[in-house]
Amino acid sequence: MSAIREDFAEILKLVRPNARVLDIGCEDGELLELLTREKGVDGQGLEISPQGVAACLARGLAVVQGDGDRDLDHFPTRAFDYAILSKTLQQMREPRHVLSELLRIADQAVVSVPNFGHWKVRWALVSRGRMPETGALPEPWWSTPNIHLCTLRDFTALCDELDLRIDGCAALADGKPARPIDPRQPIENWRAETALFLLSRRSEPQATATPPQNLFGEVELPKDEPPKPKRRKR
Amino acid sequence: MTAQAPITAGIEIGGGTWRFPASQPLRLDSGAKLAPLEIGYKTYGRLNEAKSNAVLVCHALTGDQHLASTHPVTGKPGWWDRFVGPGLLLDPERYFIICTNVVGGCMGSTGPASLDPATNAPYGLKFPVITIGDMVRAQAMLIEALGIDTLFAAIGGSMGGMQVLQWAADYPEKLFSAVCIAAAARHSAQNIAFHEVGRQAIMADPNWHQGAYLAAGVRPEKGLAVARMAAHITYLSEAALQRKFGRELQRDGLSWGFDADFQVESYLRHQGTSFVDRFDANSYLYITRALDYFDLGAKYGGVLAEAFVKARHVKFCVLSFSSDWLYPTPESRDIVRALNGAGCRASFAEIQTDKGHDAFFLDEPLLDQTLRGFLAAQSQARGLA
Repeated sequence: MSAIREDFAEILKLVRPNARVLDIGCEDGELLELLTREKGVDGQGLEISPQGVAACLARGLAVVQGDGDRDLDHFPTRAFDYAILSKTLQQMREPRHVLSELLRIADQAVVSVPNFGHWKVRWALVSRGRMPETGALPEPWWSTPNIHLCTLRDFTALCDELDLRIDGCAALADGKPARPIDPRQPIENWRAETALFLLSRRSEPQATATPPQNLFGEVELPKDEPPKPKRRKR
Repeated sequence: MTAQAPITAGIEIGGGTWRFPASQPLRLDSGAKLAPLEIGYKTYGRLNEAKSNAVLVCHALTGDQHLASTHPVTGKPGWWDRFVGPGLLLDPERYFIICTNVVGGCMGSTGPASLDPATNAPYGLKFPVITIGDMVRAQAMLIEALGIDTLFAAIGGSMGGMQVLQWAADYPEKLFSAVCIAAAARHSAQNIAFHEVGRQAIMADPNWHQGAYLAAGVRPEKGLAVARMAAHITYLSEAALQRKFGRELQRDGLSWGFDADFQVESYLRHQGTSFVDRFDANSYLYITRALDYFDLGAKYGGVLAEAFVKARHVKFCVLSFSSDWLYPTPESRDIVRALNGAGCRASFAEIQTDKGHDAFFLDEPLLDQTLRGFLAAQSQARGLA
């Protein structure tokens, strides 16, 4: 399993066996296939590119060619246990609506976003006065698909506004294992390059009968330093 | 009852005409009963012991059961023979492939040209109006008669796709997977309008004789040809017509008259005249009517998703073509949304092509690829791989 993307490895840990999963922007279906194989999930993908759809079909996955901005409204309420949106929220025309829809369709949402508050981003902007091009945001401003970037603080503020509970959060960086964090800690808004959130609706009772164990390792609200990640065997 | 044809090219081909006794009528949506019922059908391959490998292929408006074998009237290869054969998408060594002529058709199933037992003359307009639901009910009778409980897959394009959707609504328990290509869950005003042009052309032909042309010993060939010409335009796309014909002329220079100067005219005339040899004008009236009456969600208070709630175990694959203006992509999207709304697992892809509605007959690599992927996965899930 060494070849698994670190965000996929985290998602794999989160998702309950045999859950119903909607993966929005599922690309070639790698994650859905992994979840199907390892967790026996009942998966449905949504993917905009025809090549991605063909690749998913070849893997035997259920995939709809469609667009997270347009096509979520048609899914019935609580049709899934998890809705996964991996590194695409910032590409949506209406991220607020999409986020809200995710938690109408599913009991829990797994959402990852690049952090525009990351120190490299801030440094690029302050020192060079140019739009940042970093590992998590590699493209120049004129070709990036990212139209709604946010910082961790922006994201947690939106979660509050939408009355969403953050059940867990981990910082992701290329090639490094995921690090459980408290996304509200100001320091994390500097050092998390990408953050993966597990979200649920506050207004509803804990929807999952058996919540996944040990979400991202146990994070206690730290005073100074976040705790060292407790890693489990993969 | 089945006429076993010789084995051709290593494929076991069967079929013939299944005659249901008069005591087993087809109960029609209109309330009428059709008896005796005959169903013309063709099979490829062999039903396995578990009876788990049956695939029903549903044909389109002017298609028939000659899916992958030489057409008895035209002598042309089967309409989907590029998909049926050893190593192909529908491999008769793996699947038992069934294709039936729809009720109301003219290739062996009971239709307006069949003899009405009450008068011993062809039904003509005495034939009851039929629906897509009736076609599917007749197929279900045949499937049962063949001893098959569950279809591994129902597959169809255009009107065939509508039959597949109807199967999912009416017989979900008999379905494992479903493939609906270039279809819609109901006929639009434009669809009905084009069909009305075709029907009026037939009925305006003096040889139509109020539908009793067989007794008069003539056929409304001119009217039927015009109907086919008008319909054929809707099966292509503007880009495909332009690419194939442009403004190319048949001969050097214009005729300064009304001969077929342009190649596209000649092509359409050929489509019209060759069609009348193999199709019955009244069948065309009845089947286009069945299509116009098709509105799968109507019975469910207009909520299409309700039609599929009992089909949650069925795996669906819905495909559309980007240049299809007969049943354009939004129609397929509506189907997929309804399936998702019903909690069904569905795959959907829009295939980029300029070939229009008819692309499902043609060489379209992405169509092959998506169908192959879907069927391979379902086949594995069904234990047929």
